[in-house]
Amino acid sequence: MSHQEQLLPHDRVLRYEFNERMNHWVAAGSFIYLMLTGLAFWSPWLFWIASALGGAELSRMLHPWIGLVFFVAVCYMFALWSRQMNFDSVDAQWWKSLHYYIQNQDDKMPPAGRYNAGQKLLFWSFFGGAILLLASGVVLWFTESLPWSLRWMRYISVVVHAGTALLLIGNFMIHIYMGVFAERGAFGSVIRGDVSLAFAKRYHPGWYKEIVANSNRPK
Amino acid sequence: MSQATLRIQKISGHAGTVPGEDTQREFTVCKLVDTTTCIGCKACEVACVEWNDMPFSQTTFDNTYQTMPDTRWNYWNLILFNEHEREDGTLQWLMRKHQCMHCAEPGCLEACPADGAIVQYTNGVVDFQQDHCIGCGYCVTGCPFNIPKFNSVTKRMYKCSLCTDRVSQGLEPACIKSCPTGCLHFGSKDDMKFLAEKRAKQLREHFGYENAGVYDPPGVGGTGVIYVLHDATKPELYGGLPSNPTIPLAVKFWKHPLKWLGNIALVGGLIGLFAHYLRFGPKAHDEPDVASKEGD
Ligand code: HEM
Ligand code: SF4
Ligand code: SF4
Repeated sequence: MSHQEQLLPHDRVLRYEFNERMNHWVAAGSFIYLMLTGLAFWSPWLFWIASALGGAELSRMLHPWIGLVFFVAVCYMFALWSRQMNFDSVDAQWWKSLHYYIQNQDDKMPPAGRYNAGQKLLFWSFFGGAILLLASGVVLWFTESLPWSLRWMRYISVVVHAGTALLLIGNFMIHIYMGVFAERGAFGSVIRGDVSLAFAKRYHPGWYKEIVANSNRPK
Repeated sequence: MSQATLRIQKISGHAGTVPGEDTQREFTVCKLVDTTTCIGCKACEVACVEWNDMPFSQTTFDNTYQTMPDTRWNYWNLILFNEHEREDGTLQWLMRKHQCMHCAEPGCLEACPADGAIVQYTNGVVDFQQDHCIGCGYCVTGCPFNIPKFNSVTKRMYKCSLCTDRVSQGLEPACIKSCPTGCLHFGSKDDMKFLAEKRAKQLREHFGYENAGVYDPPGVGGTGVIYVLHDATKPELYGGLPSNPTIPLAVKFWKHPLKWLGNIALVGGLIGLFAHYLRFGPKAHDEPDVASKEGD
């Protein structure tokens, strides 16, 4: 973790530094492009998306390259955040209280650290998903160069790629819903980098304590 | 494609119904290849390259009668050669004319995501429309016969068109026209089936090929190219002809149950999230009582 002062003036708390925010948006932007072009190939009813994005040939050409960008961003994300994403005992309790979380009764939730159990699961699903998508995506990329004797790799890849993409798109929808609509202030944290004290205390009390303990500011 | 629409029965990657479906009826056309009278002269290979005006393609020599190992984007029709040693130690030269089978249930079309890149005409011919192809390669995954071939410069897929331009004008395909032994026939599927069965019976009763038979695999709904084989119980001997070809299970799973499960889950998820917002609204951490209750 950084040793930068995280308690900011005006009751604000630094949540994401510039490189964390930048990387988040490289991952998000590439993911959205991959999702849109991928969905165009997934269903004839969505093929028009590819036309809107410059034509299906262009989408076919760019999708794998943007896939590489996405994968690199996810790897950097792993380097930045993986240590804070290990599950601990609070997480076990967190899952048991999930229904309170869903009903917005956050005062009944066990004290999460910088990330709650749901966010950790999201992180690991994206990390594992990115690996599966890269492995199967490379096969789809050069599918016609694969010899006939290795055709089973094509069969596995179409199912794994589409299946993993669906799972990640599902997780992505929940992620957008939480970050943009449900948790006010969360969206600002990946744009400007800070959240309010109330936000930190309410959703990430464990993290809040850490910040206060590490703070150099006179109390 | 505008006038051709009336003569199309299946379209790849197409949302909704097929325009003009069932407005015209045509004979299902079929090529009959009698492998027992093929001499491997490759006249059909040359005729195909000539008629379809394909650029020169270098042959390879492997000390047998094999011209090249596989079909290519600009070489749609290839005689596959096999020197087979029979149980009694004698040798048999097996030649099979290899090209797109024009499956009644084409795996290539099933897999293709691009609207109109693969069509099946009412006469059963499966045709690639390169101007709609996006070069994704899904057809390669869908085809059980290893037929679609990619051109890395144009980034499009190619294969035998069953000389659609000739057939639609009432002519036979170029390969059929060129065959010097008459081992290739062309006509309606029913007629070709009749002729093939007759020839197989002749082979069984008068030539001592007890296992002679016709190859018209039901796993893909039958094909628009059928073979008479000396030994129909071992199609693999004929340049790896699969004994029971079907659209790969993974492709069926991907294009049907997975598609429906995925679509229901995605649409259901969207509705669910919206309903959640209507019921519970946003989380409200900014209320002053909350902030003070959990003070430091
Ligand atoms: C990580 C590197 C990735 C690579 C190399 C890759 C490559 C490919 C390739 C080559 C295809 C075939 C058609 C096309 O080019 O569009 C494809 C399809 C697809 N991709 Fe990716 N991709 C990657 C990541 C992703 C991600 C992150 C998503 C997220 C949603 C995704 C979603 C899809 C979907 C939905 C399809 C269509 C599947 C179908 O038609 O059933 N891909 N991918
Ligand atoms: S490469 Fe094959 S599956 Fe892909 S668009 Fe072209 S014809 Fe269709
Ligand atoms: S042989 Fe292959 S390319 Fe030809 S129609 Fe059948 S699935 Fe399509």
